[in-house]
Amino acid sequence: MNAPQATAASTRLTYREACKQALREALLSDPRVFLMGEDIGRYGGCYAVTKGLLEEFGEERIRDTPLSESAFVGAGVGAAMAGMRPIVEIMTVNFSLLALDQILNNAVTIPHMSGGQFAIPLVIRMATGGGRRVAAQHSRSLEGWYAHIPGLRVLTPATVEDARFMLKGALADPNPVIIFEHVMLYNMEGDFPSDMKEVDIARAKVRRAGRDVSLITYGGSLFKALQAADALAAEGIDAEVVDLRVLRPLDTKTILNSVARTRRCVIIDEGWRSGSISAEVGMRLAEEAFFELDAPLRRVCSREAPIPYAAHLEDACLPQAATIVIVARELVRPS
Amino acid sequence: MTKKVHLDHAHLLHLLKAMIRIRHFEAKCVELYQAQKILGFLHLYDGEEAVSVGVMEALTQDDAVIATYREHGQALSRGVDPKCLMAEMMGKLNGCCRGRGGSMHFFDRARRFYGGNAIVGGGLPLALGVALADKMQRRSAVTACFFGEGAVDEGEFHETLNLAKLWRLPILFVCENNLYSMGMAVERAEADIDFVHKASGYRVAGEKVDGMDVVAVESAARNAVDRIRSESDPYFLECRTYRLRAHSMFDAQLYRSKDEVEAWRKKGPIVRFQTWLEANRLIKPEELATIEQDVDKEIAAAVAFAEAGPLEPVSELERFVTMEEVPS
Ligand SMILES: Cc1ncc(C[n+]2csc(CCOP(=O)(O)OP(=O)(O)O)c2C)c(N)n1
Repeated sequence: MNAPQATAASTRLTYREACKQALREALLSDPRVFLMGEDIGRYGGCYAVTKGLLEEFGEERIRDTPLSESAFVGAGVGAAMAGMRPIVEIMTVNFSLLALDQILNNAVTIPHMSGGQFAIPLVIRMATGGGRRVAAQHSRSLEGWYAHIPGLRVLTPATVEDARFMLKGALADPNPVIIFEHVMLYNMEGDFPSDMKEVDIARAKVRRAGRDVSLITYGGSLFKALQAADALAAEGIDAEVVDLRVLRPLDTKTILNSVARTRRCVIIDEGWRSGSISAEVGMRLAEEAFFELDAPLRRVCSREAPIPYAAHLEDACLPQAATIVIVARELVRPS
Repeated sequence: MTKKVHLDHAHLLHLLKAMIRIRHFEAKCVELYQAQKILGFLHLYDGEEAVSVGVMEALTQDDAVIATYREHGQALSRGVDPKCLMAEMMGKLNGCCRGRGGSMHFFDRARRFYGGNAIVGGGLPLALGVALADKMQRRSAVTACFFGEGAVDEGEFHETLNLAKLWRLPILFVCENNLYSMGMAVERAEADIDFVHKASGYRVAGEKVDGMDVVAVESAARNAVDRIRSESDPYFLECRTYRLRAHSMFDAQLYRSKDEVEAWRKKGPIVRFQTWLEANRLIKPEELATIEQDVDKEIAAAVAFAEAGPLEPVSELERFVTMEEVPS
């Protein structure tokens, strides 16, 4: 990643460590917070995010659960209804399908259906995305599905600072929040100002300013888009990179402002093209920025197949910087 | 082992009245349904009244309840105001959920009534969470979790029992075994029709109780709740009961005979309890008349309240999709 300018006082962390510090801070600052999920305790978390928390906070607050996605996510909903602030980890989005009923039919429905008698201040974290050569059942990007659901806030921290501070905002939100952590980011290192205390969980962010084309993306694809922007810069094309950060509620304003400046847009999304979050972003631009556009809207999404195991196939399936470069170049300099 | 229920005269009349209230409330609902003032699904509790009435007697106001979608009886016996329930049935703003929930989705925060749930089995994991929250906050409350025998076939039942035992959560599991889930007879759905046995597979203790006998249910529930509190362990009650009406208003009941239903009607919980009271001269005809009049007055007041209730303005449709704050 383009390391944000390291100031005199800056903190350098891995994404994994940032997630852990966020959890620690949450546990320390509110006795109602507890963690629940498969292998988050003794094992230390399947991505080692929660390693050490059991020793520090004990079994009551760091609760290892058996393989019961529906039951422990539903228990999170019930506990939130009865005054706690649970943070539930689902190993990966692929397994969240077993808990979808609890998320959709209970967590986001009860506040509205009860006429506002109950809020569900629940945070669910899960890993998402491909790139680890672990084949289809461990590589899905379904955050766009969750972004379809009214009542949820869907966060996709892509940077270390977002990994460190989005949880705090999520816990302050009285509504259910899902945080998607892209599996390829855990080992990434990054800096943020040492005096940073929080981030805004309502807005998208321009990660690189540019004049010629907007590359709109989120999560694991952010760094591919930034890489593509560097390559485009070498050709004299000045790309702006917008990190959506929040897939629901979408910050349409930041997207519209960017496209109003660049008049061209490529949306990069690791989800499948059909019915994806990129489809939503594109349609909003079509509705609200049609006359600002100098070129058709374009997308770079995952190929419409289950993500394959073989390295060359997986690479071909997922959005790559090279593809983004080709698509953006075509928009700016049509042949 | 069975703890005696303190059967003084007032208590007996109270139990009878609680069951009659449910029956009459639902009879009025059927009328209003036919008049198209109540819409959607309507699932009646006729025949099962003794279950919720008996169980609720064992709970205090601090305890919590998770209900099913067939929850008129559960809500009424929990003490939720019939006015708000009737208004909810009619989709009015003065209903217990502002008319957003209807028959299958009553909620009442003040009574720790955590909702009817139209997803069969969907409430079981919620019970884990509510009980866990109480335990972690060092409250001694019990969570009563109602579900039909149909829910036992869902994975959530098994996941929930396992966790409830593992974490020793104070949950009273109340299986309302009315022998059918829609048209699916219990013997056709279950490899093993003994639900207490299934619970014991998770080392959750339990017992079967005659769900047509309100005193037996109350007594079993009191024992169970005492045990849950003292041993900090879940408990399972299988209440054998029968649904005397169709599954919903759309059910032609092709799956069972009229004779079968008639035979059960004779064993219905109200007729049985009332007959017993009369045979033992524990109730005078005028006391029965008073109960029925009181209940009917209450229900008439509920209907009037509901009829007069305003509708939620359409401009409020999206309110509470996201909450501004956590209600305290
Ligand atoms: C998960 C789910 N599957 C199917 C249905 C449709 N359905 C509604 S009620 C019902 C039968 C439920 O039977 P049981 O749990 O025994 O409750 P009872 O009707 O006997 O009170 C079914 C299949 C549903 N609401 N939820």
